[in-house]
Amino acid sequence: MRDIGFDTGHFLAGTVLVISFMLLYQDRIFGMLKIFALQALALAAAVAWQAHTQNAPHLFVTAWLAFVMKAMIIPWTLHRMVLKLGIQRDIEKVVGVGMTMLGGIGLTVLAVMVVFSVTEGAAGFTREDLAFALAVILLGLLTMITRRNAISQIIGFMSLENGLILAASGAKGMPLVVEISVAFSVLIAFFVFGVFVFRIRERFDTVDVDTLDRFRGERE
Amino acid sequence: MTSPAFIGLLGAPAAAVLVLALVPNYRVSAALNSLASLIALVAAGSLLFGPRYQGALLLIDDFNVYMVVLNTFVGFTASVFSASYIGHELETGRLTPAYLRFYHAMYQAMMGAMNLALVSNNLGLMWVGIEVATLSTVVMVGIYRTPAAIEAAWKYFILGSVGIGLAFFGTILIYLAAEQVLGEGLVALTWTRLVAEAATFDPSLLSLAFVFLLIGYGTKIGLAPLHAWLPDAHAEGPTPVSAVLSGLLLNVALYAVLRFKMILAANAEALSPGPIMMVMGLLSLIFAALMLYRRRDIKRLFAYSSIEHMGIMTFAFGMGGPIANLAGLLHMTMHSLTKSAIFYAVGHVAQAKGTQKMADIRGLGETHPLLAWGLAIGVVAIAGLPPFGVFTSEFLVVSSTFAREPVLAVLLVIGILIALGALFMRLQGVLFGEPTTYNAPVRASSAPMFAHLGLVLAAGIYLPPPLVTWFEQIAKLLG
Repeated sequence: MRDIGFDTGHFLAGTVLVISFMLLYQDRIFGMLKIFALQALALAAAVAWQAHTQNAPHLFVTAWLAFVMKAMIIPWTLHRMVLKLGIQRDIEKVVGVGMTMLGGIGLTVLAVMVVFSVTEGAAGFTREDLAFALAVILLGLLTMITRRNAISQIIGFMSLENGLILAASGAKGMPLVVEISVAFSVLIAFFVFGVFVFRIRERFDTVDVDTLDRFRGERE
Repeated sequence: MTSPAFIGLLGAPAAAVLVLALVPNYRVSAALNSLASLIALVAAGSLLFGPRYQGALLLIDDFNVYMVVLNTFVGFTASVFSASYIGHELETGRLTPAYLRFYHAMYQAMMGAMNLALVSNNLGLMWVGIEVATLSTVVMVGIYRTPAAIEAAWKYFILGSVGIGLAFFGTILIYLAAEQVLGEGLVALTWTRLVAEAATFDPSLLSLAFVFLLIGYGTKIGLAPLHAWLPDAHAEGPTPVSAVLSGLLLNVALYAVLRFKMILAANAEALSPGPIMMVMGLLSLIFAALMLYRRRDIKRLFAYSSIEHMGIMTFAFGMGGPIANLAGLLHMTMHSLTKSAIFYAVGHVAQAKGTQKMADIRGLGETHPLLAWGLAIGVVAIAGLPPFGVFTSEFLVVSSTFAREPVLAVLLVIGILIALGALFMRLQGVLFGEPTTYNAPVRASSAPMFAHLGLVLAAGIYLPPPLVTWFEQIAKLLG
């Protein structure tokens, strides 16, 4: 008989994964931002639940960090930046929605198969949590690959990182999770900051690979 | 006692970050930058003769003492080179004093983070060190703010972050494998405990972890299918950063992979990491050697050469055994010294000629004889010709491969020869030929460059027996 702690944890981790799928087919930048904030919220809840069931108060810090940074401050900052840059138009995609979703399902199956085949000794929850987390990581990668816009790439990376935090919080007693989530927050802050400092307008104006080649100094 | 050494290695750069961010005068901050690097070097030197240390968070063994000494030495000479390099950049207006403050602070952040990654006994801490080092180099690569520099920094940022993200997932898997045996908490990420107990870990979990770690940290080493960020980052950033990227940061990532390789080697049933590393190494070598022919940008040329040499090292360490490991270690040292010396030369050459395009850099031998000599010696050394140290180490790699895998040795030799041909073909025009018209006077400090080349030459002629015994010990440790 499984207890309610397991089921709730399972539900919250599953929610994070489902939101990853929603991120895949968003074709507007504001839609992506909203979905991402939602995912951060689900992550914060999942981590807080882990903190509660594992009796690990330090995980509350991680949950709080996810809530404040990723569900509020970063989406808000990015929202303002998008308005300022005036790029609230559709997102270009490399492949269609159908193919992307099929790819996402394939990656999820792959994640479950890989994790289940190697973690036979691990406790039930860790195992499934890890499978969900790996799926979220792979979907984050897929999101990054299918987008050309710098802000969507950041969102894809942050979603990938949500998967990492989910995995770390599910590994019972993993040390330094707080420190590492701080390190990741710094990383993301740098990303956002990077868009400002580098003013990567070019990336929004063109997706032509030839332009990038010119920058590489290889064309005469 | 080792604690003063740790303060010097980690505390001095950390304090320097704060101070350098505040000092407005660039001459003062360049001097302080060198001073902080010198303190770290002295601390590393004292570790060399001090006792070995093993704690919950920090570790000093023969292997990382060697890495730390190499790291701080090149870090110091690069800071001396940087002092003369940035003066010219200020004059030409490519950098402003405000950016230089930022640059110096980031330089020390990178040095401190790399030292942390090297001396940590905790795999999580090691990850944090490599992450911070990556971030600080990203910022430095983009500092010129040209479209090309921004593109390079962004590419490095995205690929580097995904790499370290995957490496972190690998670290979690290692923790899960260890936790079943060692119990929860800090102990299950402590490297010394992991190696001691690895035989009893779940082998399939370890194998999966290594795949993620190799892809993750392998991105940072610049191994062939994952190298896309490396040439851009080297070509578009300031040259002192190219020198430390090639000479140090790639090594630190390889060091991390080797630490995990040692854990896997202790478990008989886990996947054997050697063959994968050999394949990736050989692929990097041959791919990069072929790519050398089409380069037009001088810094990009040497960036591809770094991929090639990291490939040789990864191959040697992947093969393992006392001789191949010894060869790998020696090659790591020689490559770090030679490649950073080449970048010191290239930095001033690009300043003197006002371009990085090889077609526009001609007749260096007539206009800047000292730089031309430095560059020529560096190229001869890096191409693997005697009497330089790179020849010794490449010879060792090839001969130990011949003894075990003759077919692979042939591929190795072909790769090295292709690279040699490309380097000489490309560099001939730069050194000889009709001088180009643009020739800015450059106050080059050639001391760091010739110090490195001198060491490489000395190592090629005579390796002191104590050094060889020391390397042999490390090679045995690596398994």
